[in-house]
Amino acid sequence: MSTETQPTSVEHTVKPVLAVEKLSVHAGDLTLVEDVSFAIGAGERVGLIGESGSGKSLTATSLMGLLPDGVHSEGSIRLDGVEHDLVGATQKQFSGLRGRRMAMVFQEPMTALNPTMRVGDQVAEVMLIHKTERSRADARTAAIRSLERVRLPDPEKIARAYPHQLSGGQRQRVVLAIALANGPELLLCDEPTTALDVTVQAHMLDLISTGIRERGSALLFITHDLAVVATICERVLVMYGGRIVESGTVREVFTNPRHPYTQGLIAASDLETDHAGGRLVTIPGSVPPAGSFPSGCVFRTRCDLATDQCAESPLWTGEPERGFACWNSGEHT
Amino acid sequence: MSPLIQVRDLTRVYRRPRTSLTGGRHSVVALRDVSLDIQAGERFGIVGESGSGKSTLIRLLAGLDQPTSGSILFDGHEIAGAPERKLGFLRRQLQFVFQDPMGSLDPRMRVRHIVAEPLVAQGHPNPAQRVDELLEAVGLSPAAADRFPHQFSGGQRQRISIARALAPQPTVLVADEPVSALDVSVRAQILNLLLDLAEEFSLTLIFVSHDLAVVRRICDNVGVLHHGELVEHGPTRQLYDQPRHAYTRRLVAAVPTIRKALSGVDAEELARGVLSAGADPTDDPEEKAALES
Repeated sequence: MSTETQPTSVEHTVKPVLAVEKLSVHAGDLTLVEDVSFAIGAGERVGLIGESGSGKSLTATSLMGLLPDGVHSEGSIRLDGVEHDLVGATQKQFSGLRGRRMAMVFQEPMTALNPTMRVGDQVAEVMLIHKTERSRADARTAAIRSLERVRLPDPEKIARAYPHQLSGGQRQRVVLAIALANGPELLLCDEPTTALDVTVQAHMLDLISTGIRERGSALLFITHDLAVVATICERVLVMYGGRIVESGTVREVFTNPRHPYTQGLIAASDLETDHAGGRLVTIPGSVPPAGSFPSGCVFRTRCDLATDQCAESPLWTGEPERGFACWNSGEHT
Repeated sequence: MSPLIQVRDLTRVYRRPRTSLTGGRHSVVALRDVSLDIQAGERFGIVGESGSGKSTLIRLLAGLDQPTSGSILFDGHEIAGAPERKLGFLRRQLQFVFQDPMGSLDPRMRVRHIVAEPLVAQGHPNPAQRVDELLEAVGLSPAAADRFPHQFSGGQRQRISIARALAPQPTVLVADEPVSALDVSVRAQILNLLLDLAEEFSLTLIFVSHDLAVVRRICDNVGVLHHGELVEHGPTRQLYDQPRHAYTRRLVAAVPTIRKALSGVDAEELARGVLSAGADPTDDPEEKAALES
């Protein structure tokens, strides 16, 4: 098993589906995301973990061209087979890609679905817009098949239902059916199971996993839940304060975390081990509001290892696929 | 020793409004024949998914709602069916911490007044000094007293709610999903704080959560609610290590952990584990109702 967890060698030979280079996101004078670079290979599953204000959702919305007004991105985002850069692409260019080449599943299915439209029509719509099905009748049949593939019971009946008639888990399956309808090369999931009950979450994770495997899609899975990332992803990026502070395979990062933030995060979410006096390990302080992270190393105000050197942004140690951004972490190994 | 809270055959039926002129009224059984004991000083967990009746149960325990039938003895007093004027003791002895601190703190009140409000209501002789003590107990600086809730982070706001809950010196603290809205790095701080305070003030802690891992860490005893029924309850360790009811087994199997994942449990394996643990999980009444309508 441990021999299989080395996806890095594949990426050098195959062109990545998604290549993000030096992405930054600004709102006025505030820098919300800075110097984010990563690549995702075909069919690869990458997790993006971080807490509120870490910039994980802004990174995803930049990829989809859904940044709110007044917020703009710089750098480069390339999708394989697309001529233009996604940074600075027009909405018209994006609308040809969204739902076809890349699709997204959001946290709240009720806001992602149109409340006045039957769910079958909503699944059919995405295929008609991108002309992957020629006629309405074909699209309707394909929609029912899509609903069946996300294991909704009685798909024909579900197709005629409105979103409010479905449970939270069923709605999220409909959203997934829409996202996967055109077999996208890249599926983005932003906290898709956070609002779901734990047994429903287990099935949703299975559906996402099976869905992308059947279509050969790559996955970027955004969450704050480390256990979920470990379950569904093979590689992980850790974000804090708008930067990627560590990356590597799930096994590497979770068994040998190198950045003090990753170490703290893993220790703080470990509820099974007993530590000092029956209490949990904590990271001191709280996550600063977006845009007010310290200069230099973004974690230095909460870090036990911080030195004067941390006033300067730490260089990346290691490879792009496996490395970390910390001046002082070397001493631990 | 008789238990602090003794619940017997508690049932709550909600009647839903008519959906058509000719049709009859539907009723929903939110809680069915629940019986349990909570000892003084115990940390009792209530676990269940949405619609399981957790919120109904704690609303009844807090005297905020009346049961359809059954009895709740709190420290020997019957609170089921008791009028509000007889519940003064309960309002002092039982306090709440809610999931979303922003929704439960008045945005136009300074922290000092938020925390002092229950003290003033009880005619406390020196609320100002007590507020300072409380803020210190929950790890906030005295300067916090003059600020407004929006000036704090989520974790700090939850500390404010805890300070307010502790103000009337309650014996029971009901924490309803107190860490579900918090970041992972802050969650551990708040859980430690609750444990410290429960110890320091000899509180009985009733901890409600959908997160089994958190409940396992915090509670001595756990009750599992499913579709309004208490399907299983007992000591935490026993319940997690040898769950007897199929639903509890399913719940335990569904929780992803880093440890499971590193030992090779992927998403498909996790879902298979849930299925093999018990009956089909799609027996959700909400889903059935949706399909039948």
